[in-house]
Amino acid sequence: MNAENPIWALIATFALMSLFAVGGAAAAVPEMHRIAVDVHHWMTDKQFTDAYAIAQLSPGPNVLIVTLIGYAVAGIPGALAATLAMCLPTALVAYCVSRLLNRPSQSRWPGLIQAALVPLSIGLMAASALILAQATDRTFVALLLTAAVAVVASVSRINPLWLLLAGGLLGFAGIV
Amino acid sequence: MSTDSAPAAEEPDIPAADAAPPSLAALFVAFARMSLAGFGGVLVFARRAIVEQHRWMTADEFNETFALCHFLPGPNIVNLSMVFGARLRGIAGGVAAFAGLLLPPTLIMTVLAIIYARFGDVEVLRHVLAGISCAAVGLLIAVVFRMMTPLLKRMDAAALILMLGVFLAIGVLRLPLQAVLLVAIPISVGATFLLRRKVAA
Repeated sequence: MNAENPIWALIATFALMSLFAVGGAAAAVPEMHRIAVDVHHWMTDKQFTDAYAIAQLSPGPNVLIVTLIGYAVAGIPGALAATLAMCLPTALVAYCVSRLLNRPSQSRWPGLIQAALVPLSIGLMAASALILAQATDRTFVALLLTAAVAVVASVSRINPLWLLLAGGLLGFAGIV
Repeated sequence: MSTDSAPAAEEPDIPAADAAPPSLAALFVAFARMSLAGFGGVLVFARRAIVEQHRWMTADEFNETFALCHFLPGPNIVNLSMVFGARLRGIAGGVAAFAGLLLPPTLIMTVLAIIYARFGDVEVLRHVLAGISCAAVGLLIAVVFRMMTPLLKRMDAAALILMLGVFLAIGVLRLPLQAVLLVAIPISVGATFLLRRKVAA
């Protein structure tokens, strides 16, 4: 590490990125990759891919991949700084906008706009699922596992943790 | 098309009317729990806890709140925690839900980062990760299906076509997100406006 404090680079990078990250954490992953691997050389390509998998499988929002990037750059202070920089500014923006939209008023536009966003949001989620499936399900067995989990979780009320555990066991056994 | 699938039929349309707003501690704990359960993403567990277990929102209210947070910049579940907490208990509620969502998993993630820095190359770990990732994608597909059920039940043709259009544009054609939204948002707002006027008339 050089003399310049990398914490500030982390904070500036992720605070700025979060304000442009429309469509959630999944949509921001390609941009994180570009910045962390190509621009700043904070991580190697393999480290980044591993960080993505760890963020997927560990509890909590998937955006916490920034915690891992922050740790790779500057240890524990870096992990905390990156997490807060990525999450706090936009949460405050969301709070202000939602107050604005839900202020009692005669206008029906706020409700109308919120309702109009619903189908687009679901379409985006479906697209993320497809893109992730294409990256994850490279073998027929993997595809089968994803499909089976999708069906079981759609029609039953089983706790999703069991399905993740089953996936982990199949992976451990070398089947997937 | 069978619209009355089992999960849709079981879900309440009306939240418990007598429910008092939860305390700040209850919000913190509820979000910490859904966050810690949320392997492979919290949306699955957030919807389960908010709509099905606590009944703090109906399926439609959840969709609208989530959609708003989805289109505002930033991680959408994190935004959702702040907006949702603030709706129930003001800014303090928002902070309680935000902290509950982020604090425990950030600590866990930091520990994992330390472990990975030492033992990153264990082959078994890699296989387990691969298996869990496959299941996590399946869960995401299931939650998308559940979020769709209010639209399917209503046979809301305009919404379903828009949803499919966004899915094809982003998921299959891989068009840039900003361009797609620039086209889709005005169309959706216009269609919703026209449909509501027709219903009102």
